[in-house]
Amino acid sequence: MSPSVPLQEMIRAIRSARTQCEERGVIQRECAAIRAQFRQTDNGGRSHNLAKLLYVHMLGYPAHFGQMECVRMIASPRYSEKRVGYLGAMMLLDEKQDASLLITNSIKNDLSHSNQYVQSLALCTLACMGSAEMCRDLAPEIDRLLRSSNSYIKKKAALCAVHIVRKVHELGELFVPSARSLLSEKNHGVLHGAVVLITELCERSPETLERFRKVSVPDLVQIMKGLVISGYSPDHDVAGVSDPFLQVRILRLLRILGRNNEAASDAMNDLLAQVATNTDSTKTVGNAVLYETVLSVLDIKSESGLRVLAVNILGRFLLNNDRNIRYIAMTSLQKIVSTDHNAVQRHRGTIVDCLKDQDASVKRRALELSLALVSASNIRSMMKELLIFLSSCPPELRAHAASGIFNAAERYAPSKRWHIDTILHVLTTAGGDVRDETVPNLIQLITNTSELHCYTVHKLYRALLTDISQQPLVQVACWCIGEYGDLLLKGECQETEAVQVTEDDVLDALEIVLQSHMSTPTTRGFALTATMKLSTRITDNVDRIRSIVSIYGSCIDVELQQRAVEYNALFKKYDHMRAAVLERMPVIQKNSLGQTNGELSEEPIKESQPGKVKQEEMALPQQPAGQNVYLTFHKLVCSTYLNQFKVFFMLLLASAPTVTVYEKNGVTLTLICERQSESGLTVTLTASNSTDSDISSFTLQAAVPKSVQLQMRAPSRDSLPAHGGAKLTQLVVLNNPNKVGLQNANRTVPTSLTSIKMS
Amino acid sequence: MIKAILIFNNHGKPRLIRFYQYFSEDMQQQIIRETFHLVSKRDDNVCNFLEGGSLIGGSDYKLIYRHYATLYFVFCVDSSESELGILDLIQVFVETLDKCFENVCELDLIFHMDKVHYILQEVVMGGMVLETNMNEIVAQVEVQNRMEKSEGGLSAAPARAVSAVKNMNLPEIPRNINIGDINIKVPSLSPF
Repeated sequence: MSPSVPLQEMIRAIRSARTQCEERGVIQRECAAIRAQFRQTDNGGRSHNLAKLLYVHMLGYPAHFGQMECVRMIASPRYSEKRVGYLGAMMLLDEKQDASLLITNSIKNDLSHSNQYVQSLALCTLACMGSAEMCRDLAPEIDRLLRSSNSYIKKKAALCAVHIVRKVHELGELFVPSARSLLSEKNHGVLHGAVVLITELCERSPETLERFRKVSVPDLVQIMKGLVISGYSPDHDVAGVSDPFLQVRILRLLRILGRNNEAASDAMNDLLAQVATNTDSTKTVGNAVLYETVLSVLDIKSESGLRVLAVNILGRFLLNNDRNIRYIAMTSLQKIVSTDHNAVQRHRGTIVDCLKDQDASVKRRALELSLALVSASNIRSMMKELLIFLSSCPPELRAHAASGIFNAAERYAPSKRWHIDTILHVLTTAGGDVRDETVPNLIQLITNTSELHCYTVHKLYRALLTDISQQPLVQVACWCIGEYGDLLLKGECQETEAVQVTEDDVLDALEIVLQSHMSTPTTRGFALTATMKLSTRITDNVDRIRSIVSIYGSCIDVELQQRAVEYNALFKKYDHMRAAVLERMPVIQKNSLGQTNGELSEEPIKESQPGKVKQEEMALPQQPAGQNVYLTFHKLVCSTYLNQFKVFFMLLLASAPTVTVYEKNGVTLTLICERQSESGLTVTLTASNSTDSDISSFTLQAAVPKSVQLQMRAPSRDSLPAHGGAKLTQLVVLNNPNKVGLQNANRTVPTSLTSIKMS
Repeated sequence: MIKAILIFNNHGKPRLIRFYQYFSEDMQQQIIRETFHLVSKRDDNVCNFLEGGSLIGGSDYKLIYRHYATLYFVFCVDSSESELGILDLIQVFVETLDKCFENVCELDLIFHMDKVHYILQEVVMGGMVLETNMNEIVAQVEVQNRMEKSEGGLSAAPARAVSAVKNMNLPEIPRNINIGDINIKVPSLSPF
């Protein structure tokens, strides 16, 4: 085996390799040589081998065979070998490897070594990869080192203690006394370590926080004063500021100690004011200290004058030319926007300008902040800016911007029309990035604003004609055209200019969507259903619709095929029901989870004639005898996934005891759910009639998503006598073998028209 | 807490990687690649802060980087560190390297990777900032280097001698000694 060459030679060899393959070859040869060397017991150049292995590891090649060698090197008495051994341990080992247990003893011995550099190596390694057991074993040692007289060791021991506290929270108690005494050190490194340790201890446990609050605040204030007021000290000076790192650390600790506490905050007020005014803000270091001061002032219970000063400093930061400073300013404004909203509002103009900055990070911050600053008074102007931003924003921010705009629009929309316009605008610009719930939410919004149906459908139709690539927009447009096609065809509309749209145009548009490659299967489903709905709303081209629908009866997509076949059946066998089934959707009520009303819509059918166009939305039912009262869930199925079905289904799956799901015009329907098994549920439907006349031929229908099985038992009777004479009960057995969750149930809703008549 | 310190060049080749949280080797390389991808896209006049990628941690982490000639120094930190402070820390680290290596350049980092690690160990320990005073750091590093050298011992002497001779920059022995035109007047010898 050729003797392996020293580190530099190997690096040179690797660098001179011209291809990846050559490099791999060189490295494999070297690794083989290193492995052979490791197997020999006595070797002068051991440290070189491990160093080479670490280099190879950095390039990404496997180096696990060096782990045992690390352990051996750490145990060696020579400093050079220990050094590389510990470095190797930090790079290659971690607490999950078994070899890491073996070095515990070495570390323990080295912690009491006479040479401080050996001690420091051990401390460093413990702080980097010490496992919980190692920390528990060695904590007393660390505590002892915290009290030693060597400041080099003390500062390292302090940070090691921080690591121990992070790994094993209970050991924090052990270090509290030493931490306190460290605050009286002169050495800045030790002070720095002490402050970090105290910060960690305070963050972990509120009792420790209390103790330090009482004791340490004056000390810290004293130290800070020393740093700020003292003259130039060449040791710690960085660009004119005396040890800015330590200042920043202390300010952070003061912030934690002063939070929510009047007494501590009072003690700090003067100091913070002094720092804020004295620090030179022309260099980055000065800005770092100022920034930390501002954050502290705003977080503790400071007096109002100081707060004003702090916000002004932030405002100055915001106008700074340096992009870093502007980024920092916006980050800090983000933190205070919830507490000091008005103060931040003053800077809204600058923040909105930052939306146009070239820097992506600054843009992101500006977006977050702008969304937080939107309020009822500035919604119109802010929305204008946000929409401009959306059209030119980088792709990774689009989804966030779109959802932020939607939330803002929902909360502060000054008018419905504005709301709909905004959402349409977002869909046209960033349609591909919006979240899935946008479509049903938008549909709900549209159905709720009945006065704007005409306007909405005209706008959507026009948007559909221009661009069919944005799927959410296309879905909403198809749905609206299906629902309100008659309004579209009427032509006139108060809100927009009149455009003559013929039936052929509309069907053409829907067909383009159906056939386009860009449409997803969901969109196609929407388009097909819309086409079907139009069959009751238009007069001339019903045949065309029939032919379209029948073509899709043999479509490859199972979903579309099923729909088409069922619609075909609606044309053929169930033609008398077509008008009833395809009627206008009722107003969808926004509901939250837990509501018991199942949103059932009632549609009395006076005379079901095929092809009759029903214009009214929800007519009040009349109750003469002989009426069929359909409680149809058909309607729900004809539309998109909607909240109401979610609620109903939730009721079914959540075994709520007794629920009154329908109570209108004297007819009451209740559900009692009983969980039979893991996936089965029995629902007892009870209907009663409290009006003056009998209701005969009472039938109940139900539909469920595909993944759930439904079984109807025969009802006890089929007529409801007046004045609650007798109740009608029917048992329904539901089985959910796949334990489909609600979300999934939602998605499979708009599938089958399976309705099973309970009679 | 500092989660990772990465130094790589303009082509993405790693020059120093130090993770303060355990990642498998594959993850480490993936993180390097992703970080390089994010950082190399940035212009020179934009700010030095990047919201981090998805691999190295959730929303709390950001990348703070500085670009010096051919090298990117990237620190991945969480929200408990002051961003401007880390920016200054990078500056301190680079200046320390400069002092230790005398006009440090990328080649120094390549060939003395272990020494750079030792210097870094004096600045950042366990993901926390240890020492920021440049002189202090340099002094400690020099003492340790001296210790290591003095430990060489006899067994290493021949190897050291050989490498010393190899590295010695002997000027080329001139074949032709041309000292220009010199009129050397050779005095004529008087006849006996």
